[in-house]
Amino acid sequence: MKELTIKNVRRAGSDTLESVTVENGVIKGWNLGDLGTVVDGQGGTVAPALIELHAHLREPGQTEKEDLASGLAAAAAGGYGTVVSMPNTRPVVDDPAIVRSLIEKADRLGFARLRPAAALTRGQKGEQLAELTALKEAGAAMFTDDGLTNENARTLRLGLEYAGSLGMVVSVHAEDATLRADGVMNEGPVSEALGLPGNPAAAEAARVARDVEIVAQTGARLHVQHLSTARALDIVRDAKRRGLPVTCEVCPHHLTLTDEKLRSFDAIYKVAPPLRTQADADHLLQGLLDGSVDCIATDHAPHTRAEKERDLLEAPSGIAYIELAFPLMWTRFGEQLGLERLLDLMTGAAARVMGWPEPTLEEGAPADLVVLDLETERTVEPATFKSKAKFTPWAGESLKGWPTLTVVNGKVAYQRQD
Amino acid sequence: MTPATSLTGPRPRHLLDFQGWTPERLNALLDNADTMAQVLDRPVKKVPALQGLTVCTAFFENSTRTRTSFELAARRMSADVMTFAAGSSSVSKGESLRDTMEVLTAYKVDAYIVRHHAAGAAHLVARYSGKPVINAGDGRRAHPTQALLDAYTIRQEYGSLEGKRVAIIGDVRHSRVARSNAELLPKLGAEVVLCGPATLLPRDLAALPGVTVTSDPREAVRGAHAVMALRLQQERMNGGFLASLQEYADTYQVNEALMQHAESGAIVLHPGPMNRDLEISSDAADGKRSRILKQVENGQAVRMSVLYHLLVGRE
Repeated sequence: MKELTIKNVRRAGSDTLESVTVENGVIKGWNLGDLGTVVDGQGGTVAPALIELHAHLREPGQTEKEDLASGLAAAAAGGYGTVVSMPNTRPVVDDPAIVRSLIEKADRLGFARLRPAAALTRGQKGEQLAELTALKEAGAAMFTDDGLTNENARTLRLGLEYAGSLGMVVSVHAEDATLRADGVMNEGPVSEALGLPGNPAAAEAARVARDVEIVAQTGARLHVQHLSTARALDIVRDAKRRGLPVTCEVCPHHLTLTDEKLRSFDAIYKVAPPLRTQADADHLLQGLLDGSVDCIATDHAPHTRAEKERDLLEAPSGIAYIELAFPLMWTRFGEQLGLERLLDLMTGAAARVMGWPEPTLEEGAPADLVVLDLETERTVEPATFKSKAKFTPWAGESLKGWPTLTVVNGKVAYQRQD
Repeated sequence: MTPATSLTGPRPRHLLDFQGWTPERLNALLDNADTMAQVLDRPVKKVPALQGLTVCTAFFENSTRTRTSFELAARRMSADVMTFAAGSSSVSKGESLRDTMEVLTAYKVDAYIVRHHAAGAAHLVARYSGKPVINAGDGRRAHPTQALLDAYTIRQEYGSLEGKRVAIIGDVRHSRVARSNAELLPKLGAEVVLCGPATLLPRDLAALPGVTVTSDPREAVRGAHAVMALRLQQERMNGGFLASLQEYADTYQVNEALMQHAESGAIVLHPGPMNRDLEISSDAADGKRSRILKQVENGQAVRMSVLYHLLVGRE
């Protein structure tokens, strides 16, 4: 295979312009000259491609919202080289044949690399375990019942033990469904003033506390998805102090938006778990700074515009923004986090959660790279999104840190066209 | 009829809730309802104020009383009235609220009166239709004309809301009437006490200015000039909010015995329809303190005033 050389790029923390050449899916070396196809990185920062641990790509079954082609192209445009897709599709990804077919199709597309998560239980019903061994062999990256909330604690225990014996991570959408009840937004003064059913912080905290105790009992690996409350983070922090194998992710929307946004009654802000208070957002950011939060994931959850134009009770939950996750984080929190920490939260940290090899820029490492333009401010224009969900809470905002080039497995998966 | 003049600040385009409505403008709206009430006392109860305008009552949730009150108010001002009644299921059948509104707008409607089971739906209609919208009740959120007619009824009794204490007792959690009154009455100078069993009384509502909460009905009515009983939906039992309807009635029913703890001339209000002998006793509902039928009558005049305020003299 012909080489690809990216010239005029700098590594994070360095001012030196260098070139990197990739061949056969790995990094061939640095500063080897203009070998093969040459792309000008225009002084951008090169880093291992981002890793997304939580995205809904909606295929099979809900391709009016998103499909592998649109979702993985969007991911590549967002600088992601690897995406873990959630299994709550139609049908649910609980069958090894579905896992294989998704991976094969994604490989043909040539955008971001797909690592599908599979259901922990058949049909994500929380009753009978899925065939976890066969799913792992088919290529499943982790197990989760995701939006279905593992109401049966014993089933979760068994799933954790079984998955743990396979060396696999189980991730959970930690909300007590009975406490959440019919809540559509954070419970508090805003929900009460608006007359919208509230989802209390206790629903998340209580469920995380329960799950931590199951981990303490079993010693099995648990990853908590999209933490949204200060209290739940404190419980995870405490579990880590106890040495328990618990990790967690937070989402940029929980760091940058609060329940005040619901005063617009715009269902674009309806998401599960819901947008919380500024105090929660501040606490989550603190968790990113002090290391108690392991990584950043987006919970990219596309829906059709018509669905999101329904009223707040009817509209489905989810915000889709995989294309602007890095620019959003870099613009809002770049100074506090610093470039290297932010990049790690979106690459190396995610890999460590999964037990994958550490992404590096060393010779011989997989050629999954992103080039980021950290300086140029650009307006968020949803019409240009590759995702089918061409709307976003950040439309019209000015962000910097846009990816200009994403290379996956040594091939260009995205290149900015202006 | 004289339109409210000498008011400063932008005139709100909609009545969705009371955000953006100043006390001056709200008082002007209530003053104008006096004029409308005089029209209703005439042998010919009709004025030409809205002639040539088409008002659509878009009811995504059933309510014969409120719809009738609005339609009569509009007709008495010579508007053409179009009724759109959709079961709350129409949305879940696939047609979005936006699609529905685009169809209705094609009929050249000049204003919408909207009732919907979801909080915020009236805001969405305002956004999608571009026409003035009056919220006739959206989920648990707001029912502003009900609160206005409540305020009007209390004002009729005492001349002003200033310094008055209003106790609202019952299922506050699920009540748009309680929320709208909690928003409106303090703007007009009154103090609002929300009262009910703790399961039906969100403590967070005490964050609203001029609003306190208590689960003790005697404490709630102490010093109250008006006591409002809220309708108790009997299905709240299934939600586990209450142990029994009997226990609820024994504790929270607005009756003559409870009213003994209020101000001596205190009046009794209820947004209707009543569950007699549940949230309100017959002695309170029918007694000399009751202004419940007066509320219904005042609703007409207040709704005429709201229509006038939003639709007349606007380009």
